[in-house]
Amino acid sequence: MTEAALAAATPLRLGLVGSPNGGKTTIFNALTGLRAKVGNYAGVTVERREGETTLAGRRVVVIDLPGTYSLNPIGPDEAVVLRVLSGEIAGVAPPDALVIVADACTLDRSLLLVAQVLRLGLPSCLVLTMIDELVVRGGALDIERLERCLGIPVVGVVGHRGVGVDSLRRLLGRPEGWSRPVLLPPSSAQERAAWAASVLDSVLHERPGRSRITHAIDRIVLHPVAGTLIFAVMMVLFFQLIFAWAQPAMDFLDHAMTATARGLAGMLPAGWLSDLLTQGVIGGVGAVLVFLPQILLLFSLLYLLDDLGYMARAAFVIDRVMGRIGLEGRCFVSLLSSYACAVPGIMATRTIPSPRNRLATILVAPLMTCSARLPVYALLIGAFVPDRSVLGPIGLQGLVLLGLYFVGGFSALCVAAILKKTILAGEGLPFFMELPPYRLPTLRLWLTQVWGSARAFLRRAGTIILSVSVLLWVCLNFPRTEAPPHLKPEAAGRYRIEHSIAGRVGHAIQPAIAPLGFDWKIGVGLVASLAAREVIVSTMAQIYAASDESDSLRDAIVSDVDPATGQRLFTPATVASLLVFFVFALQCTSTLAVMRRETNSWRWPAFAFGYLLALAYGASFATHKIVTALGGG
Amino acid sequence: MDDGRSDTNSKAVSLAALPVGGRGLVAHVRAGDAVGERLLDLGFVPGTPVLVLRRAPLGDPSVYELRGYQLCLRRSEAERIHVRPIP
Repeated sequence: MTEAALAAATPLRLGLVGSPNGGKTTIFNALTGLRAKVGNYAGVTVERREGETTLAGRRVVVIDLPGTYSLNPIGPDEAVVLRVLSGEIAGVAPPDALVIVADACTLDRSLLLVAQVLRLGLPSCLVLTMIDELVVRGGALDIERLERCLGIPVVGVVGHRGVGVDSLRRLLGRPEGWSRPVLLPPSSAQERAAWAASVLDSVLHERPGRSRITHAIDRIVLHPVAGTLIFAVMMVLFFQLIFAWAQPAMDFLDHAMTATARGLAGMLPAGWLSDLLTQGVIGGVGAVLVFLPQILLLFSLLYLLDDLGYMARAAFVIDRVMGRIGLEGRCFVSLLSSYACAVPGIMATRTIPSPRNRLATILVAPLMTCSARLPVYALLIGAFVPDRSVLGPIGLQGLVLLGLYFVGGFSALCVAAILKKTILAGEGLPFFMELPPYRLPTLRLWLTQVWGSARAFLRRAGTIILSVSVLLWVCLNFPRTEAPPHLKPEAAGRYRIEHSIAGRVGHAIQPAIAPLGFDWKIGVGLVASLAAREVIVSTMAQIYAASDESDSLRDAIVSDVDPATGQRLFTPATVASLLVFFVFALQCTSTLAVMRRETNSWRWPAFAFGYLLALAYGASFATHKIVTALGGG
Repeated sequence: MDDGRSDTNSKAVSLAALPVGGRGLVAHVRAGDAVGERLLDLGFVPGTPVLVLRRAPLGDPSVYELRGYQLCLRRSEAERIHVRPIP
């Protein structure tokens, strides 16, 4: 084989090493464009990103290693960087050469990491980003001298403007020609710092001053009063964005799906195949797409604020509160977002560096009262809680709703605290967070990140959500039984559901749910709500042969009586118990699918489903007993 | 130059004890475990000048400036770092 053919067959592998906020992602994007493959390293929650490109006529795979301040790992997730570098991870070939990416403005600190990387002995080069900002801040750096001091090639770039990227691409294609250091930097922390200081002294003619604009903004944004207000406004904005502003787009998708289904039904001969396609499959696709507006909006704002530098400030402001329950400031946005929907909330945990804090946040996110619970709460509260005023304009119905929101959020904090004291206790990772200077992200970087999140959701969670939705639709509609001809059309619907797989499951689990005050009809609703919590409302409407999902369904469940006892089925105890069940239970396959994607295993979604089901069952059981004892049976 | 007075007279205090706006030179870091190692890797090496830039509205954590960057640490971590205050 010729040398050229060999080069074409085995691509060169380049590893990007650097601290967070150092511009590593910008360099990765500048080198690979939009062709990044995103996955997970086996067994850990660390994101794996690789992209292929051609540099100096050669095929190159660029590996974006997780951002790190040090090569002394704390915990298995941080150890990934070292394990990749040494080729210890099965299926991941070690890099042939390393590209250290460092912010020129923080060279003083970055040299400490450079020293560690050089000691690995792999061919290395250094890419200095933000050299324009260094100049603006009054710094002067001699890059050629830095090359001589370190003994490796050094390139200065302004990644987002493409300055220096061409010479970088030429350099990266030929690591065989890179100079190697004659002497390795020292290994002990003290000597390493002295080495860094001596390098710095000879290459940095002027130290960059503080970023003035950052200092000016921080005087307001981190001011005890103004900063707290800005934080509150930002968080309200976040919440509003996914809770309310995503709604028009979600409604539009809903209409589009209904129209498509109707159009398709008109073209197909009536029958089960037509029903499966128009209701099952299109319904399933809709169930996936409905999350897209929230995900796109949340991540647009999240990445924008993160790239700007605000997210670190927000975490700084709220850290004390989150620290009380063993979490940290960066968990707050995820939990808040989960109040609208746990799916984007769980995806947002990617910004939490501590794996245990991230896992704890993921596991309690479903407890936050998401918007899918609202239709269920609205139906039950509207039907059974008297609409009377408690104090002026404050009504009893509103108070009950507020109470349910509170119980959800409060339990999330309690469970997080318990998890952090038990199965997720201790990892020895100190809390530290860099406050980077404020920087304007480029449109390209921003869009790449947002699109990356949406694509990852569609590919890996979307497939699970789609299959489960179709499966649940089949359970509610098969086996197909013909209702006796004397039944009215509405009653026929109920007959068919009762004889479907879901109906049989509802009957089968009745002994288990009877202590909670639920009958088989609620059982069917619970099975159906696994697709999404609000589906219980439309399923109940079908069972109660209600013509619409609000007034007539409300009347139907209020007047429903148990045929055996002649008692009302929905007693206060049953209603309270059902409400409590929905506060706790993880009735949402989409959340489970996203948990599976984010934790890279079925173990954690199974654990979350199990503990929340146990919590829901226990709390509902207790609620039913207590309300019955108080005379509400 | 320093005549050694700061070594004998200026007693090392915990970084957490410095007020906002206070400066100090890192004297030593309680090392020996992963947290201590990490603080060294973040640049809290003896001799490094540190400035207490600000505290969070609720009093914790605090932002420190060192080696040309700003780092936020909680009181519990800052207490492991001992500094000699610079007046």
